[in-house]
Amino acid sequence: MKWQMLNNINNIIFIPEIFLALFSFISLIFGLYVKKNAFRQTSNFAVIILFFTIILVYLDNYSNFADYENLFENSSFISFFKILVLLGSISTIIITKDYFLAIKLKNFEIPILFLFSTLGMMLMISSNNLMSMYLAIELQSLSLYVAAAIKRDSVTSAESGVKYFILGALSSGILLYGCSLIYGFTGSMNFNEINFYLLNYENLNMGLIFGLVFVMVGLAFKVSAVPFHMWTPDVYEGAPNSVTAFFAIVPKIAGVALIYRFCLVPFQNFYLDWSQIVFFLSIASMFLGAIAAIAQTNIKRLLAYSSIGHIGYILIALIAANDNAVKAASIYMFAYMVMNIGIFAIILSIKVKNEFLINIYELKGLSKSNPIVSLSISIIMLSMAGIPPFIGFFGKFYVFIAALQQELYLLSILGVLASVISAFYYLRIIKIMYFDDNTEIINIYFKISYQAKIILFISLFIIIFFIFYPSFLINISSNLIL
Amino acid sequence: MIDWPLLSVIIFLPLVGGLIILFIKEDEVTSNNIKWSALLTSIGTFILSLILWLQFDYLNPSYQFQEKFRWFDDFNFFYHIGIDGVSLFMILLSTFLTPLCILASWSNIQKRVKEYMLSFLFLETVMIGMFASIDILLFYIFFEAVLIPMYLIIGIWGGARRIYASFKFFLYTLLGSVLMLIAIIVMYINTNSMSIESLQGNFFSFNTQIFLWLAFFASFAVKIPMWPFHTWLPDAHVEAPTAGSVILAGVLLKMGGYGFIRFSVGMLPEATEFFVPLIMMLSIIAIIYTSLVALAQTDIKKLIAYSSVAHMGIVTIGIFLVNQQGLEGAMMQMISHGIVSAALFLCVGVIYDRMHTREIKFYGGLVQRMPLYATVFMIFMLGSVGLPGTSGFVGEFLVIVGAFQLSSFVVIGAAFGIILSAVYMLYLYKRIIFGTITNNKLLEILDLNTREKIILIPLAISVIILGIFPNIFLDPMRLSLELIITNYEMANAK
Repeated sequence: MKWQMLNNINNIIFIPEIFLALFSFISLIFGLYVKKNAFRQTSNFAVIILFFTIILVYLDNYSNFADYENLFENSSFISFFKILVLLGSISTIIITKDYFLAIKLKNFEIPILFLFSTLGMMLMISSNNLMSMYLAIELQSLSLYVAAAIKRDSVTSAESGVKYFILGALSSGILLYGCSLIYGFTGSMNFNEINFYLLNYENLNMGLIFGLVFVMVGLAFKVSAVPFHMWTPDVYEGAPNSVTAFFAIVPKIAGVALIYRFCLVPFQNFYLDWSQIVFFLSIASMFLGAIAAIAQTNIKRLLAYSSIGHIGYILIALIAANDNAVKAASIYMFAYMVMNIGIFAIILSIKVKNEFLINIYELKGLSKSNPIVSLSISIIMLSMAGIPPFIGFFGKFYVFIAALQQELYLLSILGVLASVISAFYYLRIIKIMYFDDNTEIINIYFKISYQAKIILFISLFIIIFFIFYPSFLINISSNLIL
Repeated sequence: MIDWPLLSVIIFLPLVGGLIILFIKEDEVTSNNIKWSALLTSIGTFILSLILWLQFDYLNPSYQFQEKFRWFDDFNFFYHIGIDGVSLFMILLSTFLTPLCILASWSNIQKRVKEYMLSFLFLETVMIGMFASIDILLFYIFFEAVLIPMYLIIGIWGGARRIYASFKFFLYTLLGSVLMLIAIIVMYINTNSMSIESLQGNFFSFNTQIFLWLAFFASFAVKIPMWPFHTWLPDAHVEAPTAGSVILAGVLLKMGGYGFIRFSVGMLPEATEFFVPLIMMLSIIAIIYTSLVALAQTDIKKLIAYSSVAHMGIVTIGIFLVNQQGLEGAMMQMISHGIVSAALFLCVGVIYDRMHTREIKFYGGLVQRMPLYATVFMIFMLGSVGLPGTSGFVGEFLVIVGAFQLSSFVVIGAAFGIILSAVYMLYLYKRIIFGTITNNKLLEILDLNTREKIILIPLAISVIILGIFPNIFLDPMRLSLELIITNYEMANAK
């Protein structure tokens, strides 16, 4: 009897999410009752919760079936991206903790907002139904809107929160309308049923095309693909650096996973319809990300455009839509996460004249005062630019393998050209640190907590040494099934 | 044969040395330790590479010292290295020049010695690794990784316009090499193999070959550089520190020629045959045009930079003749140019260190004060011109002999370029060495010191050895080149 119950529990695929939701609420109460250092305690608690969630997701890995009226599904692809999201969240909470304390933003709700947002993202990735997809997106977005505006006394923070909210609500509306159109024309909200229903059709009818386009617009907004990227630089700039770190690292992973699942599960037979949209999104993102970043001097805006560019490359793999595409996406996303964790861990710890780093020209002279830090930044920048032997190169390499296997020559050539353009601004950061002569007294301080240092060290280790043992990631990502 | 992984040791020894340097704390006292460890590491690498040469089997045309390990589990990418007659001398060139570069920077690099030596040792690893790679992906990774240390060397320790030059260098060469990335992926998808060794031959349809060839051309033509893709070179050379120019001219340009031999001629024979007229035309334009440009330069380094482009024109003619004389000539020309142009840049460095200017007008009559300098400079100048008995002659002669088999127009173009090279080099020599000293600042200039003698005399000796006993170098590479030519002719015989 007992054994059967245990068996039943094992069969509920929802356990990590239930666990996370439950403990998010508990930590809400926990934060309320902890008197001293509420923020710090809650952060630590959140990290522990997320850590256990990773274990649960990992244990859940092989129960490959759906439950709850097929609202959610589980597969190796989903588990992989869930783990990426959780790892991203853990690292972000750890690296941002000191920054929040330094800017005297000690609300214990912040880590809890991150927890709820993470929960939303996990649901987003595993959702197998238009309605659960929408609700999950809303859960993560609402938490993020609040997080963006969390610094209440700052005008820019409030502005970025409101801007994000309004644009996000608009895109959610469009997405919901798209969902309703798809439901109206197919009679189902379930991804597999939609796919099954569409098998009878040679072409999508007008309503379904509209539905598809609207949903794609909503999803493109979430991953900030051009032309739905407008919010990204402004929100990145306005929000506190630590919240920006979360924006840059975690939601992108979930958004990419969802956009892959949405295109490849319900609409897998209508490749030509959605691939045109993605084709445009991809090229526009790569080039806008590369060109617009050249003019930026604010490090956060620069990284915003850089992330837009990265999304463009991931969408190339989506257009390829073969086995290697899923592999490429997972490798690229992993690389993206690691590189962003590294760079944000550094940015959040640099103080120039007692202010946190904003302008990239403030990095001048860093190579003299902190040679190791500037070397780390250089490595991460070269990796982002896709220069071997760092991990960023392998992300791009796998994307191009997937694309060229589908004979997407034009897209690949445009992709590499955009990567050359984007190399310019990555190199410029190295130039500022190393080439510019600094006559002023150097006023840069680098203070990093012990835990954040470990995270930074791990991410640098992965970036540099991936080349020596690539198989650890590749073996995992080769076997991913959507 | 040696049963320990000699080649891997040679590749990674400089990197290990670099890592050791990374942990030496830099200050006034220890900066000498850093220099010494860098020098000893690079000399050790050179000695090991001499062992490589001694152990090299002349009668074996295929790759030797092979090491092969699985690298990626999902695709057929291997850590696969080995050398044949073509790559042997490129590796020797790299290991020979690096210690000299480190010596040449002994006193004129004052700031950031640690980073400088680290960059050079990393660069050495990457250069050797690139020439030793049999796996194309490995080749590509090394090929692009070269950009990182070179970018830093030009950008940090360069001259006034160093930032412009370093960006131009990096982006220009990156643009070429990313197209090559596309080409190698296409090759892999078509053949499921990334081995340079097994792809030698004719594996692609003609149309595919054309596109692949153009992609490789974009990369190697920028690297070697061919006219009209050469504009990054004068900037990079002028702004780079002396040792940077030496490595740039001595080894990095050869990466383009090496790539042409391996990839264009070796793997895409039909497309190569199709594009031979284009290459010949571009090369002849390069030789004549850049020689004339060199004639008009007022900066010594820029003059030598342009002369490099002209010499590389001879190399590309030789490679794309694809006959025994042509390829041997191209290889000899590459080795010779690697030594001669490196030495010329070092010579410029000698007077630049003393006077801090490279204007030709500033100098004149140096022979009065620096007789030894005038002598070694003359040897290198004559080597560059291609006087019989020096290294330059062998290569140019062989290429011209080979070119007769193709067309006498090519011969006329190449020979005309050689005459022009004599004109600008002799004119340069006359202006800075001969005559009486007119500039009072030069009255106090000192002749070569011991360190400079240690650098320049081995180079001068090797110029003469290369010129008098070219067979020392031609014998090991002969069979490997024959294999390439046989493949090429078989592919085009149909």
